[in-house]
Amino acid sequence: MQTQAIPLKGATRFIILSELIIPFILLILGVLLGLYQVLARAGIIKSPDILGINYYQGLTLHGVINAVVFTTFFAVAFGNAIMLHQLRRPLKEGVQWASWVLMVGGTLMAAWAMLTGRATVLYTFYLPMVAHWTFYVGATLLLIGSILPYFLDWIPNTLAWRRENPNAKLPLAVLGNLINFTLWFLIILPLATTVLFQMLPLSLGLIQETNVLVSRTLFWFFGHALVYFWLLPSYIMLYTMLPKLAGGKLYSDPAARLAFLLFLLFSIPVGLHHQYTEGGLSSGWKLWHAFLTFMVALPSFITAFTVAASLEHAGRNNGAQGLFGWMSKLPYWNKEGDRWLFAYFISGLILFLFGGITGIVNASYNMNLVVHNTAWIVGHFHTTVGGLVTLSFLGMTLFLIAKLRGVEVKAKGLALAAPYLWMIGFVIFEIALSITGLQGAPRRSNLGISYLDPSQSHLYRGDWLFWSHIGAFGGMIAVIGFLAFTISLVGTLFAKPVRQPEVDFPIAEAVHEQPTPLVVNLRPWVTATLLLIVISYTYPLYESMTRGVLANAPGYRSEGNSLQPPQQPSEQTSLPK
Amino acid sequence: MDLFEKRAMALALSLVLMFFGLIVYAAKGLQADLPTCLPNARLFKNGQMVEVGPNRYQVDAVAFMWSFDMGQGNTIKVPRGAVVDFYVTSRDVMHGYHIDKTLVNLMAIPGAVTYARAKFDEAGEYQIICHEYCGLGHQSMAGKVIVE
Repeated sequence: MQTQAIPLKGATRFIILSELIIPFILLILGVLLGLYQVLARAGIIKSPDILGINYYQGLTLHGVINAVVFTTFFAVAFGNAIMLHQLRRPLKEGVQWASWVLMVGGTLMAAWAMLTGRATVLYTFYLPMVAHWTFYVGATLLLIGSILPYFLDWIPNTLAWRRENPNAKLPLAVLGNLINFTLWFLIILPLATTVLFQMLPLSLGLIQETNVLVSRTLFWFFGHALVYFWLLPSYIMLYTMLPKLAGGKLYSDPAARLAFLLFLLFSIPVGLHHQYTEGGLSSGWKLWHAFLTFMVALPSFITAFTVAASLEHAGRNNGAQGLFGWMSKLPYWNKEGDRWLFAYFISGLILFLFGGITGIVNASYNMNLVVHNTAWIVGHFHTTVGGLVTLSFLGMTLFLIAKLRGVEVKAKGLALAAPYLWMIGFVIFEIALSITGLQGAPRRSNLGISYLDPSQSHLYRGDWLFWSHIGAFGGMIAVIGFLAFTISLVGTLFAKPVRQPEVDFPIAEAVHEQPTPLVVNLRPWVTATLLLIVISYTYPLYESMTRGVLANAPGYRSEGNSLQPPQQPSEQTSLPK
Repeated sequence: MDLFEKRAMALALSLVLMFFGLIVYAAKGLQADLPTCLPNARLFKNGQMVEVGPNRYQVDAVAFMWSFDMGQGNTIKVPRGAVVDFYVTSRDVMHGYHIDKTLVNLMAIPGAVTYARAKFDEAGEYQIICHEYCGLGHQSMAGKVIVE
């Protein structure tokens, strides 16, 4: 385990820095659009668009930027920094430039399509709605760019490190990072299949019809493991850095390794839990995926235990007494050195408690019927990807920018307030959206010009109004937190260097180090992972191609542009008065 | 691994297995099950409502941009206590079909038919909400079940 800083100059430094800054600039737009959405959903703004951006166009931008562009860029930048710091081997500049050009170029293409209204298909881009081809090509380039360092930089460096250190344990952060991108590679394959063979040909007009159910099954083959691709960098930080920042040690190194390996095993064969309410797929297979989804909760339970034990260890190190005294001896508000980063992790963890519990509800097979596609789901993922993931990514972005520029973090008070404001805002948002979801409010809907517009008497749902307003209040608090963060980040970005640029991480030692044989040999884990994927997806894919679909059904054929009604001019819904 | 860790893992495993057991009981014992694959589903291009028995109905619902066709437009009327079988599909893009205050929560997929049953014991109006984004008119896509 390496704990020393490593000086960094030249192209690699520029690449990592820009991989943090470029997505952050887009994230500002994504967050502001989120503010518009929460106000529109509360009926406070009653308009189909804002500043020329349609609600659903904005929702597409919000989802794609915040959940795909920001997270993917960050995962690559963080992965680069971790491999560099832990293995002490230089990254190949050619590989890094190729990856950078593909990711930035792809993002610009997709951003053009979304900003010009040619890809208002939301971040799930379900067929048969079709976007402009630049959206699909752009997304594909982003994904290809993001996987290049894994194959051409990180794996060769790990193998070289292994040859030089035949008896050493692979550093925990390296293991976590390699598992994360192994996962990423495995799930890009089904996504690329539907994008390249279904969506792109449809968008270019090369084919006129395609199987929507297959596309959805392939998309969710990718789509749920995607959330673990977001989550694992956060878990790397929780295991390797949080204990050190808190003033203690990681409680158990083998438990951390086991958690990462369980994520590899169970993250992918769970996608049908996004398709519970669809016909065409057998309920027995949905139950199997529900079971595996419960299994993927296990590594999160292990993490909850290990992180809590590590924090207790730190609290007692800091002089805490009694059963719960350690909770008050943690650096919640500490401007000394890098300690400020603790606030991002602890706020994220508190949000993740809500995310974990609501996630188990979502996974719960028939219970999903109550919450599927309601506002409940929106509340859920704003405490997971919008909670722990976003907070740890933002904190680490600020941390790495300061290190890579050789500056002190500016406006540390604002940087410390930001995660708490974000956390409080999203706890309120989560509770409010859970309640409106249980009342039946749909997700992905501009409620301000429909259900929460009193002039639309046939739709109006006054019973959703109160909690929608509370949700908007929560969203506003979170945005204030984000503004505080942005001020600190911009200050840090333009501060005068006081040190040499370096990559440095506060890496913790472990209390329990002894390796368990279970977590040392990786081959059986990879084999089991592939086997489980084959078992869990062969029959559902077969079903979605044959038994579950009616090839001559109406609408099987795509009707072109996403925003136009297909054949007959559709009468706007009007119910008998 | 130390003792506390093993206990925590055993506890976590028992917890999720208990949750799963309860779900299987609710699905198979209490019949709160999910839609399944219907390999022999009928193809329908238009909506309709048919009375198939005493106070039992079958509804074929076709979702389209931006309404539902259930025979007579986007509204159906049934007597109190009616048991209704809903078959749902789409004739253009993806749509949702969520009947308020019931467990009928379905995705309308072009090319596939999905199914759920509901019993309407209380009189009143039940909104049917499209909860999947389907284009610019999505937010107003709704229907109604009127129970008399």
